[in-house]
Amino acid sequence: MSDSAGTSLDKDCAVSGRARLLGDDVNTDYIISSRRKRVTIDADELRAYLLEDYDKALGESVVAGDVFVAGTNFGCGSAMEVAVTVVRAAGVSCVLAKSFARAYYRNAINNGLMPVICDTAGIDEGDEVRVFVDQGRLTVRNVSKNTEIDGGSLSPIMLDILQAGGLTPYLREHGDFVGIT
Amino acid sequence: MNRSYPATISEKIMSRHCGRECRAGETVVCGVDAAMATDGSAPMAIDYFHAMGGKEVANPQNLVFALDHYAPPDNPATVALQDRIRDFTKRNGNVIYEIGAGIGHQLMIERGHVRPGMLVVGADSHSVEYGAVNAFGAGIGSSDLAAVMLTGKLWFRVPESIRVNLTGKLRDGLDSKDIALEINRVLDPKDASYRTLEFTGEGARSLTFEERMILSNMSTDAGAKAGIFEADEKTAAYLGMSVDEMETVSADANAVYAKTLEIDLDTLTPKLARPPVGGAAAEIVDLGDDEGTAVDMVYLGTCTGGRKSDLENALRILQAGGGKAPGVQLLVTPASDRVYGDMASNGLLAEFLKFGALMMTPGCGSCCGTCGAIPGDGKVVLSAANRNFTGRMGNPKARVYLASPEACAAAAVAGRITDPRKFLS
Repeated sequence: MSDSAGTSLDKDCAVSGRARLLGDDVNTDYIISSRRKRVTIDADELRAYLLEDYDKALGESVVAGDVFVAGTNFGCGSAMEVAVTVVRAAGVSCVLAKSFARAYYRNAINNGLMPVICDTAGIDEGDEVRVFVDQGRLTVRNVSKNTEIDGGSLSPIMLDILQAGGLTPYLREHGDFVGIT
Repeated sequence: MNRSYPATISEKIMSRHCGRECRAGETVVCGVDAAMATDGSAPMAIDYFHAMGGKEVANPQNLVFALDHYAPPDNPATVALQDRIRDFTKRNGNVIYEIGAGIGHQLMIERGHVRPGMLVVGADSHSVEYGAVNAFGAGIGSSDLAAVMLTGKLWFRVPESIRVNLTGKLRDGLDSKDIALEINRVLDPKDASYRTLEFTGEGARSLTFEERMILSNMSTDAGAKAGIFEADEKTAAYLGMSVDEMETVSADANAVYAKTLEIDLDTLTPKLARPPVGGAAAEIVDLGDDEGTAVDMVYLGTCTGGRKSDLENALRILQAGGGKAPGVQLLVTPASDRVYGDMASNGLLAEFLKFGALMMTPGCGSCCGTCGAIPGDGKVVLSAANRNFTGRMGNPKARVYLASPEACAAAAVAGRITDPRKFLS
């Protein structure tokens, strides 16, 4: 279960971190294998197996403050939510990708992991990236390359859930979905 | 509901559930008619529910738990996860299907939890299967499921739809799985993402209800949010209803679609998904391209290949070919206990046993490698399941190909990938 560990979201949802590169079509089983979650769903325990079938060395080298930078269709396959909580447990608070599978995208927002849909082609391993949120509008700044990338926008409900820190604190506070007619 | 503009099935079902007329692109909060979680997703949903301050489940009778991913479990930690679901269910009065009852998606439809026009979610990506019933079915995570448990509602972005027009009729030896793989091959995941596939045309109407379940199920593997059919007399017969009882939802003639996909069933050829990518980006080829590849294990089962008609189609090839080749392991997982019972009473089970099939407990079986037999290092599997990325079926060192139950049976007979039509006169 996710908590606030490892988050670097401040009140404006700005994120700053080191880019860690992943490819296209990284499915949730590559993030964390389903055969691990039948023994435990504790994200801190699952952290040891992050990316084990995809790139074990990368998984082991992820540190708090890293930002995942991926290609298309990130988080495809199973809708299992440990594929988000394990990323949060590793201290990653943001994923930049050209596109996301929708269940992963929703699960990310629900656990305070900021998903940003943007053109990630120009970002290299180790680049320092920052994400700025202005009234739902996202901008990614690649500090290492001194470039800015449009990150699209988050709908009001998604922004509200993300800013609350996830769906759990959101529903604890409101008890229901609010502000949508 | 009187509408001021033409609408897709998705727009109509969402409008019905959010209490106002809505259209693609809007964000809405919808009442949820039924929700499903498996032993793979429910324990986490229960944690979220409690963390959200949940005390009582909204609409407890509409919450269904299926113990299908670990059926049966092979270690105490997994048993403990399942026991948490049993305890929760006992306290809250939810529906639970025990180990051996079958795959959650099959049970949701077979046991009448999904009806035409409903909005149903499941904490499992293949919950899109409910679209075969003319319901809006979508896969969600455990936290969203917890929100449904807490409030009976969920927020959605009303999806745009892609019209999938099926023309012609499936030829002998071809299968709905071949259509699903063909859709996956021609549809760019970028186009499918966040959108519903709405199946229509004479080809869609010609499919049996079980064939439609396969196409709806694999919509998610093509990258779509949902995959919906219209309801007809075949839907009614499967659900044990009369046509008049169904609250069928159809698209308006001039509804707006993001795209139309034309699939001609008359000219369709057997398809194969190669390892290792899987999912929307899977490498899908004509089965003939890989004909002759030696196969060690053949898997019949799962929510895309474990129903009565799938097993009958496979058996027909096995019988025509005179049984399986020595050395090939043939695994069979019926999709539900009802399917297993039918197999026993109509002679199917005896035939499979005669051919040396290993029968497994109804449920997810070997599909995701969380229970049942797993392939060895370097082994090649041909499976009637829906996914084949590295590590699927529990061993990252095995190679899993996907094809129709007919093609799986043909591979079992020949010991190598073979066009199933060769066994049909």
